[in-house]
Amino acid sequence: MPISRDAINYIAHLARLDIENSVDASALQTDLNQIVGMVDEISAANTEGIQPMAHPLESAQRLREDHVTESNEREKLMALAPLSEAGLFLVPTVIE
Amino acid sequence: MQHKTITELLAGLKAGEFSSEELTRFTLQRIQDLDKHLNCFITVTQKEAIAAAKEADQLRKKNQETPLLSGIPLAHKDIFCTQGIKTSCGSKMLDNFIAPYDATLVEKLKAAGTILVGKTNMDEFAMGSSNENSYYGSVRNPWDLNAVPGGSSGGSAAAVAAGLVPGATGTDTGGSIRQPAALCGITGLKPTYGRVSRYGMIAFASSLDQAGPIAKTAEDCALLLQAMAGLDKKDSTSVDTAVPDYQAALRTSLKGLKIGLPKEYFGEGLHPEVQKLVQDALKILEKEGAILKDISLPNTRLAIPTYYVIAPAECSSNLSRFDGVRFGYRCLNPKNLDDLYKRSRSEGFGAEVKRRILIGTYVLSTGYFDAYYLQAQKVRKLITNDFMEAFKEVHVILGPTSPTPAFNIGEKVKDPIGMYLCDIYTISINLAGLPGLSMPGGFVNQRPVGIQLIGNYFEEGKLLNIAHQFQQLTDWHKKIPPHPFNA
Repeated sequence: MPISRDAINYIAHLARLDIENSVDASALQTDLNQIVGMVDEISAANTEGIQPMAHPLESAQRLREDHVTESNEREKLMALAPLSEAGLFLVPTVIE
Repeated sequence: MQHKTITELLAGLKAGEFSSEELTRFTLQRIQDLDKHLNCFITVTQKEAIAAAKEADQLRKKNQETPLLSGIPLAHKDIFCTQGIKTSCGSKMLDNFIAPYDATLVEKLKAAGTILVGKTNMDEFAMGSSNENSYYGSVRNPWDLNAVPGGSSGGSAAAVAAGLVPGATGTDTGGSIRQPAALCGITGLKPTYGRVSRYGMIAFASSLDQAGPIAKTAEDCALLLQAMAGLDKKDSTSVDTAVPDYQAALRTSLKGLKIGLPKEYFGEGLHPEVQKLVQDALKILEKEGAILKDISLPNTRLAIPTYYVIAPAECSSNLSRFDGVRFGYRCLNPKNLDDLYKRSRSEGFGAEVKRRILIGTYVLSTGYFDAYYLQAQKVRKLITNDFMEAFKEVHVILGPTSPTPAFNIGEKVKDPIGMYLCDIYTISINLAGLPGLSMPGGFVNQRPVGIQLIGNYFEEGKLLNIAHQFQQLTDWHKKIPPHPFNA
């Protein structure tokens, strides 16, 4: 089933992308439908009884002692923020 | 000096024929003179490089015991975080990003004595097979400036091929080391998933991403891998398996080596002259005592569809961290928080990255997860099982790296699926997590062709051994691109 323009807009909203003003929306719709059509090929594969593979080396997560390994780098990291003040990230007003 | 291998340069440094400072200044000069033709570098680290080279020279003077790669200039793909140095990942999103720490790979190669001379151009967030998706512009192939160098590690591959640097690092999520190595006529290795730490390597698809070396020869790749590989406590997916001596493995004879030839890698879509070069290579290996065996990897045709579910799904999740708040690009005058997120991401990411985020979001969304993501993970298991069956009968698998030689810049930009098909022979290896190597195997219309070797888990040493033996009997890896790079 082809992906409609409305569906693309909804997905774009979920991904926090503004596609209406930044790309050729009809070319994007064509591309996405072609790609989804191509990946649809997997639906025909017989995977009965096959366990999904989430990771190439199906190993368990390593555990370690719970002790502090990182030093406090707050100022160094905050310096990378586009806008910050008094140790806080600044964004547009959320609550009036 | 520009066309010497790392191994040869190390011998020269050791014998005192030249200093690391001389070699580094020469390298920087060559980048300055020639990179205008290629666009391999996003950042050149001249000051840091000369300081580090001076240090390496002092260490060599004082001490007989120098680190493995002491004084060798090296370039890192701009996906690896380098402390205090811009790390852009080929994206406008990170054009202003100065990494606050070194990636483990960067740290390890520094400890091994390499001199960082710059950060190389790449497809944005490593998504692409032609290096045309970079915010910093396309990279050109030194063999033919109208041709793409391949991608996504296109800057690293073109820089090594043109003799701008003797070696470089790359990353490979679906072929991004092997395909550009093939298209540029050099050697590139994608190690087993987890062999090299991913800490500080900007994530694209975390269950597929793996870093590896790019150099002229297998012998040089062995040296670089030696310094890169190993357990890293900062990457929980790095593997606690001893790192073998890759140099020692190079000289093993190929007598009795069983090479599998998957019929699916020699079918429709393969350029007939590429096929002929692969067969020529097989004859050489057979003469050395290797035994050829026809095999089948029946689920190969499902590899690209499976990859284009799993990789975009993981990318949509990984790239959600770019929000315009904590680091990276931020749009001007956001009206509200949602507008800040949406415009920062839409203006900061390029077209291919947005396409993949949307595909990933779609296949993970309510109602589609089972049909796409879960089914793709099951098919991923089928593809892996094919390899495990094959490795019961053969030691390695051999085929072409890419179905054609390098295509022209612009040729496939309007055809995403055509571009995706470039990776048809490389992508399954990432899905399975296996190691793969591309080595030069000749030319079609003056454009290089790569031959791919695929090994079982942690068999990097075997792949390097075969490639090294092949390179003792051929001189494809010694060919030098034309003017102005042959000077």
